[in-house]
Amino acid sequence: MSLTLILFLAFIAVTLVITYWAAKRSAGAGAYFAAGRRIKAWQNGVAVAGDYMSAASFLGIAGLIAFFGYDGFMYSVGWLVAYLTVLLVVAEPLRNAGKYTMADVLAYRMRPRPVRAMASISTLTVSTFYMIAQMVGAGALVSLLLKGSGITFHTAVIGVGILMIIYVVFGGMIATTWVQIIKAILLMSGTFLLSLLVMAKFGFSISTFFNAVQHVTYTANGQQVVKDFLQPGLRFKPPYGALDLVSLGIALIFGTAGLPHILVRFYTVPDAKTARYSVVWAMVLIGSFYIMTTFLGFGAATLVGRDYITKNGGTNMSAPLLAQAVAGNVFFAFISAIAFATILAVVAGLTISASTSFAHDLWTNVIHKGVERKPGEEVRVARVTAFVVGAIAIGIAIMLGPTANVAFLVALAFAVAASANLPVIVFSIYWKRFNTAGAVWGLVFGLVGSIVLIFIGPSLMGVDGKHFFNHAPIFPLENPGILSVPIGFIGAILGTLLSGHEATAEHKFTELQVRANTGLGSEKAALVH
Amino acid sequence: MAPDVKPPVAVPGKPEAPAPKPSDDVWEHVAAMDEFRLLLLAKSEFVIPAVIAFVVYYFLLPISVGYFPQFMDKRIGPVNLAYLFALSQFFVAWLIAALYVRGARKFDDYGKRIMEHLDNREAAKGGK
Repeated sequence: MSLTLILFLAFIAVTLVITYWAAKRSAGAGAYFAAGRRIKAWQNGVAVAGDYMSAASFLGIAGLIAFFGYDGFMYSVGWLVAYLTVLLVVAEPLRNAGKYTMADVLAYRMRPRPVRAMASISTLTVSTFYMIAQMVGAGALVSLLLKGSGITFHTAVIGVGILMIIYVVFGGMIATTWVQIIKAILLMSGTFLLSLLVMAKFGFSISTFFNAVQHVTYTANGQQVVKDFLQPGLRFKPPYGALDLVSLGIALIFGTAGLPHILVRFYTVPDAKTARYSVVWAMVLIGSFYIMTTFLGFGAATLVGRDYITKNGGTNMSAPLLAQAVAGNVFFAFISAIAFATILAVVAGLTISASTSFAHDLWTNVIHKGVERKPGEEVRVARVTAFVVGAIAIGIAIMLGPTANVAFLVALAFAVAASANLPVIVFSIYWKRFNTAGAVWGLVFGLVGSIVLIFIGPSLMGVDGKHFFNHAPIFPLENPGILSVPIGFIGAILGTLLSGHEATAEHKFTELQVRANTGLGSEKAALVH
Repeated sequence: MAPDVKPPVAVPGKPEAPAPKPSDDVWEHVAAMDEFRLLLLAKSEFVIPAVIAFVVYYFLLPISVGYFPQFMDKRIGPVNLAYLFALSQFFVAWLIAALYVRGARKFDDYGKRIMEHLDNREAAKGGK
């Protein structure tokens, strides 16, 4: 298994060289936070894909399909279609109106301090939850993949944490972007190769493949069962399964356009048109990837089997074990290294968006009322924050331990993004009457609503002794989107209507509208140096 | 209220000053232009139906799969209706994205005309 370790080290070496190269180009806030806004459309598209396709997609989805068949594939669909919201509603206006963070757009025509403070809290919440989920997954995965090499869960978490801190603190957005690009290319080629090898096992016959998918054998409650894995309903069961499926769809479709680490990527390109083309690039890659999860997931179900996966590390190991089954240990090492790269690229993206929001929104604009007291202060604060955020994530991940159920943290991140961030982004750009109170209420309602509904739902409540609270779930759905997204919108509307007209907000609507639609006055790309 | 020329360091209480900031009347001026109104109209004529179309098409999937699993399990060729419908979502999403990129050329044209008009206006003012 030492080949896996060698490939891990090779990836680390390449990314550290990139970080060193990027560090010399990261002088100044525009370069550090937004890569000088000189990233090309295809590069940003690939980086968005790299930022987005987390361990949850690569390992999680393969596992869900391997264990629950068709129902797992429902995630794949939502994760691509979500990009239409990004393309049609958010990407271009955001690029034109903002500077470094999501809050730039939300605070544009409002009283900046309350709006920025809340938007930053929401950003930090989404990023931290998402990051902890990735770190716990990373630790469990790395220690499993490198079994026998003496690397424990703790070492793995600390290692991943230190690497992400190095990328972000020294290399800023430029290094993060290139780590994401390399990861996306590795992930796409690995997935393509794995899909080909799976189909080769079925003689490249689609009908043989799907015939096997309809007769998957595994052990349930001590008995051999044969299931049709194309049949819906293996995971989302009555009475609430159908509603949970719709609710999940709402969180995915509207949450992606509110994920801060995805949104900040659109500040790295020169203009709105490039932002648009980069979304299209991302959609081509992300869509192709998620279609291929058909072969990864069903391949693992048919060629490896639930029983073997359960005995050898559980759902998350489905894709690596499939690689081992179709092409042996070398390919297993290659796919494992890709999984490792995947996690690193995503946590780096999360770290930089969290630290940028802290430095730009909370430190400069809320605490110091928009004044940078010394030149370069904002970047310095962001670097320190990246270090602190990384250390906190390492600490929490180690506290939770390798067996923690962290899937709900990802659900929570999407729910908060869809319920708190998206309503306020949409109203800021498209509703003239919208005001400061509306923005704050929308963020608070959406954030609190999602967190409360997750806490009283079946992810954290149950009577089987395995749950955080030993109590029957008060809210029946795993995904709160169907209720929390309307709560966010209603909060934003109520806050606006109950607080009376805000002259500045309505006056500046024209300015924002012109700027968002024409790019007049928008941040320009740095000159070539 | 705000001075036209911004100092390089932000002024207290005026945090979000982008540099270089266009003069205050330019926003109203552009907002009143025919090209700008046509741009907004063209955008909403595309974006609103497109958003409704993809949201409706997407949610038909979890609704049909969740509430009518037997019907969706109907076999079609080597797969079933549920899988084909899910797969079609990818191609519909790509199609809508492609249509948007094509339609957006018109938005870019309006935008370009607005910018050219503004450049001429600056030149006519005898600024630089």
